[in-house]
This record gives sequence, structure tokens and C-alpha cells, in this order.
Amino acid sequence: MKREDIEAVVIQKLAKAAPGTDPGSLDRDEAYRDALDLDSMDFLRFVDALHEALGVDVPEAHYPKILTIRACTAYLEAVLAKR
Amino acid sequence: MGEFRMPSLGADMAAGTLVAWRKQPGDVVHRGDIIAEVETDKGVIEVEVFDEGVVETLLVAVNAKVPVGTPLASIASAGSIAAVPSAPSPVQAPPPAAARVHATPLARTVAKALGVDVTKVHGTGDGGVIVRADVDRAAAEVTSTPRPDRMRQAIAAAMTRSKREIPHFYLAHTVDLGPALTWLSARNEARSVTDRVLPGALFVRAVARAARAVPELNAHWTGESAPPLPYVHVGVAVALRGGGLVAPAIHDTDTLDVDGVMRAMADLVDRARGLKLTATEMGEATITVTSLGDRGVEVNVPVIVPPQVAIVGFGKVVDRPWVVAGVVVPRPVVTISLAADHRVTDGHRAGRFLASVVAFLEDPEKP
Repeated sequence: MKREDIEAVVIQKLAKAAPGTDPGSLDRDEAYRDALDLDSMDFLRFVDALHEALGVDVPEAHYPKILTIRACTAYLEAVLAKR
Repeated sequence: MGEFRMPSLGADMAAGTLVAWRKQPGDVVHRGDIIAEVETDKGVIEVEVFDEGVVETLLVAVNAKVPVGTPLASIASAGSIAAVPSAPSPVQAPPPAAARVHATPLARTVAKALGVDVTKVHGTGDGGVIVRADVDRAAAEVTSTPRPDRMRQAIAAAMTRSKREIPHFYLAHTVDLGPALTWLSARNEARSVTDRVLPGALFVRAVARAARAVPELNAHWTGESAPPLPYVHVGVAVALRGGGLVAPAIHDTDTLDVDGVMRAMADLVDRARGLKLTATEMGEATITVTSLGDRGVEVNVPVIVPPQVAIVGFGKVVDRPWVVAGVVVPRPVVTISLAADHRVTDGHRAGRFLASVVAFLEDPEKP
């Protein structure tokens, strides 16, 4: 899967977790939880949606690695590349 | 024969608007079935029926606004089902202005959430009925119409009443959450993301157990006293996107394990934000939990929701220096604040309640 495709999934799932927002307009290095006002439940939904879409189950210990769109995309790309 | 009445969906609700009937005359209903949708200042709420039987007569028309307690429908008991007439319902015609608006319940709900006036939406459904797509289109066209902020007004009324009538007092306790978070991490590590549990579920579970242990804080003020209630329905404050909040209840919270509480919380949050809560969930909380940890707030001193007599606020889990076995070490701690009604209880009993919350968080495996 190409990086831009993974990023598109990330943005799509963020938009679903935060209805009415435009994650695509965020700086890719911006902390999206604050920017989109995602609480713990929203974030869990987002991680769950990534799992559903890409089959990647991000462990809790790795949450700090996915807190920007760029970092999240890179993390998912690395995990998918190992398959 | 039973009567289905306009329910009270909050301490300051005086009236509600019937926006849709979900059952019709002749339909069999069971306890817990959704019979109608009612619009309040906090959104459109699905309302359950508490009788078994057959809907006999619809007494109030769609779009009618009636006071709390007004009979909305009559329900024939199960034993008299055979005698239910099949005659058309004598529902009064809706007022002329409302009669011109034909919209699906979903379209009305979405319109409410988006601040769209359905009377100005062009319907493209069958027979010109306004459907959700029509509302979405209208919302996109609106650029400067302010969203009606009736929810803010409802919150203002409830909180003003609370601060005017309830002599609040406050207690706080900061607890080492290390053992609880370690326990939770170990559980979550072995689970798929779908089954993970957030610390918030531990907080709610802890309050439910404390409410059972110190029942005088699990009560409704009736005007002269607040007898303890025989069940524990913890209300969970849910912030809504676009502003406002609701605090629907998790029924019999004290009987649920942390997984059950987590599932119930996730469901409530989803439905609260989708404006799909039921009447029972909206009106029956016996004590409330509010958490602002996600917003970085360390100490959350809340206001009691009438007619309840206590509310518990949780702050952000932060690493702080902590003395463990005589040594200062970094520990994740959270500050718990209790606001209680001094007409009902006092510092000693409230302190016991708070100690019970803390005891659970220090040993979450305790049954």
C-alpha cells in the first residue's frame, strides 16, 4: 500500500471520529487530538477504525507513535511493510 | 388500561414536543419498546413505554408541545388485547403551521443538530417529505444562520437552580493510579482494540461501587428529604461537538464489571453524540461522573445536577512525585473531587464515600 493511500485512510478515519472537522487541512505534523478535539473515546474509535480498515492493531504502548498524521502514516506503513 | 405520558427528561423540563410516533394504534408493545420521539432542549430523545399491551389511542398529534405528565397515548392491557378496536385514532390535527412540514424523524434530528429550520427545507422524498439529504443540502447552503442554543439555556437553568438551591460542599482526594493503570494495561495488552477499556470506565465503576457502599449520596432530593435509591444509575457527562453536554445514565452500573461499564459508556457516547438517547437514560441518573482529563484539567470541581445530591469530578492523570515506602518516586496520580448536598449528608459520610472510590481504584480487581 502506498504512503499516500495510507495517509488518505488516516484522514478519512479521523474525519469519521471527529464529525464536522476537516483533518485533511491539518498540518501533517500537528497533534491532531488537540486540533480536532478528540477525547479518549474518540481516539479509541479512531484506532479501532484503523484496525478495521488496514488490519493493524496498534497496541496501547504505541499510541505515542501515532499522534500526528505524518507519524501515524509512517507507523502504519512500517507495520504493513513487514507483512 | 394504561396511559403513556410525556416524561420528565430532566429536572428543568416543563414540556416536550412530540416529533414522531414509533408505534401506531393496534401495535403490540412491550416494556422498554420505543414508542415515540420527543424533542427537548437537549435534543430528540427516544421514549420507552413501561406498559405491556396494545396501543389503543394516540392522544397527541405530531409536532404538538405539551407539558410533562400529559397523557400521550392509551395502552390497553395485554388481557384486553382482543377488545382493542381497530377504529382510526382520534388524534387531533396538528396546528396549521406544523401541518405543512413533512419530514422523517431522522431528518428532524439532523436538522436540530445542524440548526436547520425544517420549515424552510425543500423535501425531495416521496410526496415531498423532507429526508436527511435535504437537510444536509440545506445546512451546506446556510452560511450565517446561528445555531439555536436551547441546550445552553437548559444547562443554564439547571445549573442556576443547583447553585441557588443546593448547599454544595466539596471534598477532594489525590490517588496513586499506578496499580490501576498497570492492571488495565495488562488487560488491554492481551486484547484487540475493540475490547480495550479506558481509565474512565474504572472511574465510573469506582463511583458506582461507592454509591452502593454509601447509599445516602445515591439519591434524589424530593423537596424535604432524599431517601437513598435502591438502584445505582451513574450519569456520565458527555460533551457534544458544537457545544453543550448531556449526562445520560448507565442503568444498574454497580452490577456491571469494568468491561460492561466500558461497553455501556461507548454506547452512550455514540448515541449521545448522534442525538439518539432514550428517555430513561436521560432522566434517571442517581449520581453523576464528569471527567475533564482529556482537556488537561487537573482538578474538576463540578456542580450537582438536580435532583441528584452528589457528583464526582475526575481530573487528568499526571505524573507527580509520590512517596512510596519512604522513597519519592514518580507516580501517575489523579485528583477526585466530590461535590455533595449538605442538606442530605455531611463531610464525614461524604469522606467515606470518597474513600470508597479511592479504595476501588487502588485495588480494581476487588470484586
